[in-house]
Amino acid sequence: MKVDVRYFASIREALGSGETLEVAQGATVASVRDVLIARGGAHASALARGKALRTALNKVLCDDAARLPEGGAELAFFPPVTGG
Amino acid sequence: MQPRVAIQTADFDLGAEVAALRAGDAGVGGVVAFVGTVRDRHLSHGEPAGSIRSMELEHYPGMTEAAIEAMIDQAMQRFELRAVRVIHRVGELQPLDQIMMVAVSAAHRGQAFQACEFLMDYLKTQAPFWKKEQTAAGSRWIDARSSDDAALARWGIAAASNAPAAGPLEPHS
Repeated sequence: MKVDVRYFASIREALGSGETLEVAQGATVASVRDVLIARGGAHASALARGKALRTALNKVLCDDAARLPEGGAELAFFPPVTGG
Repeated sequence: MQPRVAIQTADFDLGAEVAALRAGDAGVGGVVAFVGTVRDRHLSHGEPAGSIRSMELEHYPGMTEAAIEAMIDQAMQRFELRAVRVIHRVGELQPLDQIMMVAVSAAHRGQAFQACEFLMDYLKTQAPFWKKEQTAAGSRWIDARSSDDAALARWGIAAASNAPAAGPLEPHS
């Protein structure tokens, strides 16, 4: 199934605004992140484990264990927020 | 009735917003409002005035509005409020500019003060906005502050660790 990956702020500067990925049924936020990290280079450093990073699934904050809904999802990676 | 949330590049007029918020509602006994503005320095870094030349604000269209709407729903459940209005600007801003406002009307001031602070604590840690500053030395993304997470925790809400864990800050880009 397809997942629309989106990046914001410093992660967008490193990786671009996003891309569409084909992932296995049952994929989680963590497994998509691992696929991206496995590319190495800018992806590995921008999305590295241990780095302060937040994720949102279909525009709602989520954790690493969240499972992507069947039929497509929008998954966003971004740094901690600093509005206000 | 006007929408509760606006994300916009344009400036806003707090007086006009407060007037609209309480227009025709004689059940309102008070309005509390907070306005966030662009500073030209970080006091904690010991920077001189004028260090920050401008600021760029990025958001996540769609999610930002939905997140703030959800926060307002929570505030309406927790406190006895009449109305809430949140405006947040995006794009390039200059020192002294207004960044955002939260205005809350209620029958009594206590609920309005609390709800305004609740909404600010929530927005600082949960609404997808990111600030990037331009300085003489280049540009840098602002780091999230763990004190903002602590502020939200006062309300019994875990911030899902918005800020990096205690320890050295990540270097500015």
